Amino acid sequence: MKNSVSAGLVSAQAIGIAKRQRVFDKLFYLVTQFFALSVLLALLGIIASLVVNAYPAFQQFGFGFFTTVEWDIINGEFGGAIAIYGTVITSVIALLIAVPLSFGIAVFLTEICPKSLRRALGTAIEILAAVPSIIYGMFGLFIFAPLFADYIQPALAATLGQIPGFGILFSGAFNGIGILCAGLILAMMILPFIASVMRDVFEIVPPVLKESAYGIGCTTWEVVRNVVLPYTKTGVIGGIMLGLGRALGETMAVTFVIGNAHKLKASLFAPGNSIASTLANEFGEAEIGAHYSSLFLLGLALFAITFIVLSLAKIMLMRMEANQGAKT
Amino acid sequence: MSNAQFKTGSAITKGMDQALFNKRKRVNAIGLTLSLIAMSIGMIFLFWILSVLLYKGFAAISPSLFLQSTPAPGTEGGGLANPIVGSLMIVGACTFISTPIGILAGIYLSEYGNKSRFAEVTRFVTDIMLSAPSIVVGLFVYAIVVYQVKHFSGWAGTIALSLIAIPVVVRTTENMLRLVPLTLREAAYALGAPKWKVAVSITLTAAKSGVITGILLALARVSGETAPLLFTALNNQFFSTNMNAPMANLPVVIFQFAMSPYDNWINLAWGGALLITFAVLGLNILARVVFREKVKV
Repeated sequence: MKNSVSAGLVSAQAIGIAKRQRVFDKLFYLVTQFFALSVLLALLGIIASLVVNAYPAFQQFGFGFFTTVEWDIINGEFGGAIAIYGTVITSVIALLIAVPLSFGIAVFLTEICPKSLRRALGTAIEILAAVPSIIYGMFGLFIFAPLFADYIQPALAATLGQIPGFGILFSGAFNGIGILCAGLILAMMILPFIASVMRDVFEIVPPVLKESAYGIGCTTWEVVRNVVLPYTKTGVIGGIMLGLGRALGETMAVTFVIGNAHKLKASLFAPGNSIASTLANEFGEAEIGAHYSSLFLLGLALFAITFIVLSLAKIMLMRMEANQGAKT
Repeated sequence: MSNAQFKTGSAITKGMDQALFNKRKRVNAIGLTLSLIAMSIGMIFLFWILSVLLYKGFAAISPSLFLQSTPAPGTEGGGLANPIVGSLMIVGACTFISTPIGILAGIYLSEYGNKSRFAEVTRFVTDIMLSAPSIVVGLFVYAIVVYQVKHFSGWAGTIALSLIAIPVVVRTTENMLRLVPLTLREAAYALGAPKWKVAVSITLTAAKSGVITGILLALARVSGETAPLLFTALNNQFFSTNMNAPMANLPVVIFQFAMSPYDNWINLAWGGALLITFAVLGLNILARVVFREKVKV
């Protein structure tokens, strides 16, 4: 009799607690969901604010903005062609140099390097990735550009610059800073990003595959070319796209060494401008109006390009992961 | 006769085999040498950058670097006291904002949004935001904060940095929570623990060091960011702890000083560059140590 009373009391209390906890559960769920939603809202907010602020410039200049070379702050004539060209060409130079080097580094770290050194050297590459971009910029401006002007530019002009037609890319004054220098510094910056992704995807190749190739007498190089690379193709391309995304949006390293000139020259030695460096240099002083709005339009173009490149990179890396799951 | 023919044939194939074998060996040697060279180039650049930084930076380090404010253009002396304090305040405030938001969003993705469409999209967007151009974040914060209140401020800089830090915290938190074995959660559920309590006291506690690693990495990432601060926190020539006013901070001061024609400013910029690199690399190493402790246990 006494027992059943106390049991009834306990269960009433328990039900009370359970009810309260259910409310807490619901609240906790809503709070966490709200913050997850806030990340999405931040992206939508960025896109919306760029579009709203860029709209006046788009209305004034239309699609011609992206092909117009003029960038005349005094007369209010704006076109993004120079900045877009600068962004694309520096990123292409960076990729041309960084991709083979990162491939070499990834091969070294996964196939050649003694096991005991692997960790230390891998960490060294990751440290290179952690160095802030402004440091690369200062290094480029004060250390690399003078050497580049004194030794590398004359050498390039004397060799590649002599090729008819193609040579115009390597002509002009040896200033150090310019499009090519910016591309080289960018290459150094994205090198560790691409190398780490490549190393990570190379490491997921099942040892059995590699061992069977070695077993029929393949050399290390043949294993890399015919087993590792085909197996990790999507991941490797994803890593390269990730590096490209970084290169396109990089601001500080480029602003220091690109020369910041709104001129379109055929030579890669000439100073130029990228979207990010134009924004960094001019946005602080831009008056509300065509100039301000044009800078937002450039920002929108940059965001759109990097968004597409990064999405492709992400999709490829995800496909790589999915395949990996299916095969093991 | 036929035997002799066979013999010559085998000699020919043997010679061809040998040639092919030598060729393959050569290609292999060339490929591996090139890969070794690529690695050396990477290492040379790392040591080159770090040694330049140490050489130029240490020349600028002195007590006055930490005690005096930034000098006027073209004058001697001075230090980086105001940007150092400004950077610490901005990055500190950014930590307080991005840590709870990032962790809670990470809990949602790992504990609730396993297969839901919304979680998939959030995950995708977070990954894109991880590498999105930081200068665009600066433009965004300028448009929604600075332009609305009509002045640059430390808070605007904090918001810009938080937008960059949050995705890092979200993704590492989610990944670390996923590493916690399901049986641990089930054991807690079996004792009648409600879901929020399991998430906070069991899963999050078990993944604590991993989550801290994520926060440290996010801090390392934002400490060196310059672009988003250019149009948000701007700069301040004077010592100020008012987060509601333009605030000096190391990256922007380094940028401004390094691009100037004054030797003293350039010298100070190298000092600041050394400090910031030390901070960023220190945080990175700390993150690794914290994470390794966890792996040991």
